[in-house]
Amino acid sequence: MTAHIPKVRPLVLVWASLIVLTGITSAVSKIDLGEWNVVVALIIAVTKASLVAWIFMGVRYTTTLTKLFVVAGLVWLGIMLLITASDYKSRNWTYQGQPWSQTKTVGGSH
Amino acid sequence: MAETVVPVTHEPTPEETHLRHHFATPEQQMDAATLGMWTFLITEVLFFGGMFAGYAVYRGMYPDAFASTSRYMNLVLGGTNTAVLICSSLTMALSVRAAQLSKRRDLILFLILTMIFGTIFLVIKGFEYHDKWVEQLVPGFNFRYDEAIQYAHNAQILFFLYFAMTGMHALHMVVGLGLLTFLLVQANRRVFHANYFAPVEMIGLYWHFVDIVWIFLFPLLYLIGQNR
Repeated sequence: MTAHIPKVRPLVLVWASLIVLTGITSAVSKIDLGEWNVVVALIIAVTKASLVAWIFMGVRYTTTLTKLFVVAGLVWLGIMLLITASDYKSRNWTYQGQPWSQTKTVGGSH
Repeated sequence: MAETVVPVTHEPTPEETHLRHHFATPEQQMDAATLGMWTFLITEVLFFGGMFAGYAVYRGMYPDAFASTSRYMNLVLGGTNTAVLICSSLTMALSVRAAQLSKRRDLILFLILTMIFGTIFLVIKGFEYHDKWVEQLVPGFNFRYDEAIQYAHNAQILFFLYFAMTGMHALHMVVGLGLLTFLLVQANRRVFHANYFAPVEMIGLYWHFVDIVWIFLFPLLYLIGQNR
């Protein structure tokens, strides 16, 4: 039976990158970037997770069907996060006071 | 890219590869196992994703209250645990490699190392939980937030999420340690070799997934708010 056997070197390189990225994300968190702190933290986290999935979990060497499943799972996660966010974001919106609204403005529009 | 291929000295028998009659080849059986494992992991992604969505919603509602909790998070312990889990992922990947190369002693060594790292993680997590208890930060039991009393109500939500998410993650680690014990026993009985290593690889996928969950928990729970 033939299987892809990872070499030690790339595994150790991924490990080193993950440790370095952990150091970077910890250091950057102390610097005040305003709302960008969250963005930077998430970009680094996604990078780390991708390294683990691509090399450690061997997504790179799996079949196209498995890759498709992985991507589909992430799309579904995205749908859940997106619809949840849009729900909470829009809950206190009202049509009152909008240009297309027949109703007179009552209270503030947001 | 250069691929290392197991030297096949003879055609492996169905017994050696544990080939079930409903699969045509060991490769097909392995692909099916991988696909099945990923399908399970996707349900896990969505399970944890629900909690991350809850975190995002409440953080969006109460950003200041959430940021105020960051000073109670132990960056040293959290960062150490992140590094420990990353090391355990490396030794897990090396375990799979050892199994693929029929290196039984290496396999046992790396499995034990992975379990040691996993145990260190849980012990450190236990100390952190203990600290939270002593600092009276456990919602529903002894929550006090006198230093920033205006955030007391909403900061509880973050600590509830903290315990729910890290607790569920820790539970997955405990399950993982159980699975690794199973692998260790099997490896000791010489079950795994170049023609049969699917359980090592599948449990490896699970272990790496649990690592990925922590990779997101660490910045979201410990780091956000450190800049204030």
